[in-house]
Amino acid sequence: MLRADAVRKSFGANEVLKGISLEIAAGEVVCLIGASGSGKSTFLRCLNLLEQVDDGDIWLDDREITDPRADADAVRREIGIVFQAYNLFPHLSVEQNIMLGPVKAGGQTRDAARGLAHELLGRIGLAEKAGAYPDALSGGQQQRVALVRAIAMQPRILLLDEITSALDPMLVGEVLDVIRDLRRDGMTIVMATHEMSFAQEVADRIVFMADGLVEESGPPEQLFTAPRSPRTAEFLARHRT
Amino acid sequence: MSPSDRQLERERYRRLRARRRGAVAVVSTLVVLGGAAIVITQSPGWPRVQQTYFDPAAARDIFPEVAKAFWLNIRLFLVAEVFILVVAVTVAIIRVVPAPALAPIKLLATVYTDVFRGTPTILVVFLVGFGVPALDLAGMPTSLFWLGVIALTLSYGAYVAEVLRAGILSIHPTQWASGRAVGLSYGQTMRSVVLPQAVRRVAPPLLNDFVSLQKDTALLSTIGLVEALRVAQIDSGRTFAFTGYVVAAAFFIVATIPLARFTDYLTVRSLRRENGLVT
Ligand SMILES: Nc1ncnc2c1ncn2[C@@H]1O[C@H](COP(=O)(O)OP(=O)(O)O)[C@@H](O)[C@H]1O
Ligand SMILES: [Mg+2]
Repeated sequence: MLRADAVRKSFGANEVLKGISLEIAAGEVVCLIGASGSGKSTFLRCLNLLEQVDDGDIWLDDREITDPRADADAVRREIGIVFQAYNLFPHLSVEQNIMLGPVKAGGQTRDAARGLAHELLGRIGLAEKAGAYPDALSGGQQQRVALVRAIAMQPRILLLDEITSALDPMLVGEVLDVIRDLRRDGMTIVMATHEMSFAQEVADRIVFMADGLVEESGPPEQLFTAPRSPRTAEFLARHRT
Repeated sequence: MSPSDRQLERERYRRLRARRRGAVAVVSTLVVLGGAAIVITQSPGWPRVQQTYFDPAAARDIFPEVAKAFWLNIRLFLVAEVFILVVAVTVAIIRVVPAPALAPIKLLATVYTDVFRGTPTILVVFLVGFGVPALDLAGMPTSLFWLGVIALTLSYGAYVAEVLRAGILSIHPTQWASGRAVGLSYGQTMRSVVLPQAVRRVAPPLLNDFVSLQKDTALLSTIGLVEALRVAQIDSGRTFAFTGYVVAAAFFIVATIPLARFTDYLTVRSLRRENGLVT
């Protein structure tokens, strides 16, 4: 469904992605792991065109979205993304945060968007927070709202960039629960994460990135227990929890 | 549950301390102000100063005329403010948009802010007030009111644009990315996500500029607009006294106080927010 082919990206002289190729099937959950600075965030940002690739191409089904003639705004409506922090708009209430995209970019009526927002908030147990402002929510609640906001655009793929890394360990679980639910509903997810045990539990495939390349990829049971590459083994040994 | 004895004792002590501090503040204020009043009114030149600057009868006479003229200052301020905001938002956005195709316009916007922030407002008033009519161009306004509005807009537009630009640049980059991520275009993200936050963040310095604008409407007296300062000037030429100026000053002060207090309120509130004292 989403395919990256030899994607390259540099920031000045710093070549961050050195030809990444990855294919994601519909309904698949792929976890990106790798040391900090290995290019996971940059790759995710390239996938929904927040960064422009320097070379290589990205395909969404049979559309090449790296074509400069492609409608980037339309592509981003199909590929949602949630970041580590600063996702929510602090000047808007929770409900308004969720409604903004569907109303302004999705052409929905305010009433329809509000209905959707309340339904989604109900699903994550935050219905009573609809009128609250982001500052009044805990970090875990904020990330759950950010997930729901991305879902409200009804994307076909969801990219998650270490969305639990900035959280108090106590609050990680409630966010992971939402991801479990999304997976159960069949959402296609690509997530960068440091939560190895969670990756092992939910991922259909683990992709280990090192030095701007895919060092190794495979199903979690293989990659975590019998990594083929010595670099993977070394990384896992340091991050085993 | 009723408070414990220890808590009651603490509260009694706090009340006592607050009263003692309040008393000290009142007494010291009275001593300073009273002292100043005595020194001034006992000075040998005071009767003459009072007659020249603070003559109650003269103040009563000139009051209605100054009041009427001050209405012009208010109108100038209100109209200029709208144009300033439009110019400033436009210039600020042009300067932050990362579109290489706009390079010539961006350069123009940069030159505009550099030139008009660097030129004393009174010079801009002169140049526009006397220069534009001298050009004798068709379609250019000749009314002093509009020339005044144009001069103030040119000058303050540059200041306010810079304040807004700083606000826009201070918004976290992930806010931009999040706007784009929910499908908004660049323009929609600017309008619905970034600008509202930027304006909130720079509201105190912005209001400060508007307090200043309110006073600077007096500069337009130099091109012949009969606003409050000009009326006072004319009166002074007639009476050889300055009470008219004091009356005009009082109008400016009274008019800026509400804005100034509002600015204080916003400043304190945003400081508290940033320091996490209130949510
Ligand atoms: N906008 C940017 N400008 C310059 N360098 C960047 C930018 N974004 C990321 N980088 C650099 O790219 C490298 C990879 O970063 P990133 O993709 O965030 O890695 P990861 O998410 O795996 O930690 C780092 O060296 C980082 O400094
Ligand atoms: Mg990262």
